[in-house]
Amino acid sequence: MPVLFPTTVDEATTALAAHPESMLLAGGTDAMVGINDGHHRPGATVISVNRIADLRSWRHDPDSGTLTVGAGVTYTELMDASIAGLVPALAEASRTVGSPQIRNAGTLGGNLATSSPAGDGLPVLSALNAVVHLAAASSTRDVDVNDFMVGVKRTALKPGEIITGVTVPIVEGWQGYAKVGVRNAMVIAVASTCVVVDQTRRTIAVALGSVGPTILRCPDAESFLASRIDWDSLIASDADQAEFGRLVSGASQPITDHRSTADYRRHAVGVLARRLARRAGATS
Amino acid sequence: MSNEIFTLHVNGEAHQVRDSWLGENLMDVLRDRLGLMGSKGACEQGECGSCSVLVDGHLVCSCLVMAASAVGQQVVTIEGVAPVGSPSDVQQAFVEFGAVQCGFCTPGLIMAVHDLLERTPDPGDTEIREELAGNICRCTGYGRIIDAVQQVAVARRTDRSGA
Repeated sequence: MPVLFPTTVDEATTALAAHPESMLLAGGTDAMVGINDGHHRPGATVISVNRIADLRSWRHDPDSGTLTVGAGVTYTELMDASIAGLVPALAEASRTVGSPQIRNAGTLGGNLATSSPAGDGLPVLSALNAVVHLAAASSTRDVDVNDFMVGVKRTALKPGEIITGVTVPIVEGWQGYAKVGVRNAMVIAVASTCVVVDQTRRTIAVALGSVGPTILRCPDAESFLASRIDWDSLIASDADQAEFGRLVSGASQPITDHRSTADYRRHAVGVLARRLARRAGATS
Repeated sequence: MSNEIFTLHVNGEAHQVRDSWLGENLMDVLRDRLGLMGSKGACEQGECGSCSVLVDGHLVCSCLVMAASAVGQQVVTIEGVAPVGSPSDVQQAFVEFGAVQCGFCTPGLIMAVHDLLERTPDPGDTEIREELAGNICRCTGYGRIIDAVQQVAVARRTDRSGA
């Protein structure tokens, strides 16, 4: 049968080892666009990973303070209140993906596998220093998400490996995701930003989408805001918010393409960062 | 790469799919192989929603579903919503409110509205707009579509309360 339906990770990695040229298919929202327009061919065998129960579930581990999300969990599922309460920015980013139809199909694992700089889940995973779990026929390994995404639609995934899930920390403090596009729905990001304020460690993380070859972190902006923010109220002054935005703009590496110009993206990502810094102080 | 013959369950019936190619999307298989022409194809990249169907109860764009990957799942298309000649309450409301003009987006919208009202029986204006954001209509300006959805919600509520 040209389409295989493994139901366990072992079955999937064994099938991939037996058919190394196989195409892995999750939600299909990226893969099928490529096939429909003739840019990609599925090859001789397709491995559908949608029926692997372990990939379709998530679990909260209160002892380690982490959330582990299976690679096959959809954006609709990530918007669920139970996940939104633990990792709000992930739910917020998921809500901005496509439309209900796309969110019902598209998965977090697919977002990682495609690794588009515009992937909405990716700035959140980057800012949270998520750990990506990979499995091959006889081995597993964990990779920091910021090492996993290596370039435009390029990842550290090796032949024979599948993404099984990601683990993110539950962070005390505030976190948010914001994005600019041509309208309010069904939009691929022109620029996007995730800010995570870790009140326990007193650190700030900022990750940018669509303004570089892959998701970018902003170490200068992060340490600047961490040194200026009031750690009880999470309020930063207007001037500090503006400087934070300028530092984020400066850290971006945008290009001009059919969606926008480099200048606009550099500007927009700074506005998003300033806005998120303001929201952090407005909600606590 | 040609595909093996496989079976799809569509609107409660098993259909043998022959002569498809591996990678062929569900929308093309529904229309070209099974003769179910209700689902419309326009963008083939998940932006327009005119090919919306339910797969195992989830609203998806059939152009983004690899047909052969839907083996063993339950597919419901616009043809499965109501028999010809006896429209569903949503279809009837679309007619009454002038929510249909050229009609191309209508099958996808009807699928999306049924799905919306199943999950959210009493949607507000913003909720309707957000939930239907994946279905593009270039004729109506959406106002009459939203009126039709609200009318169905009210009518169903009245039915439930037995008034």
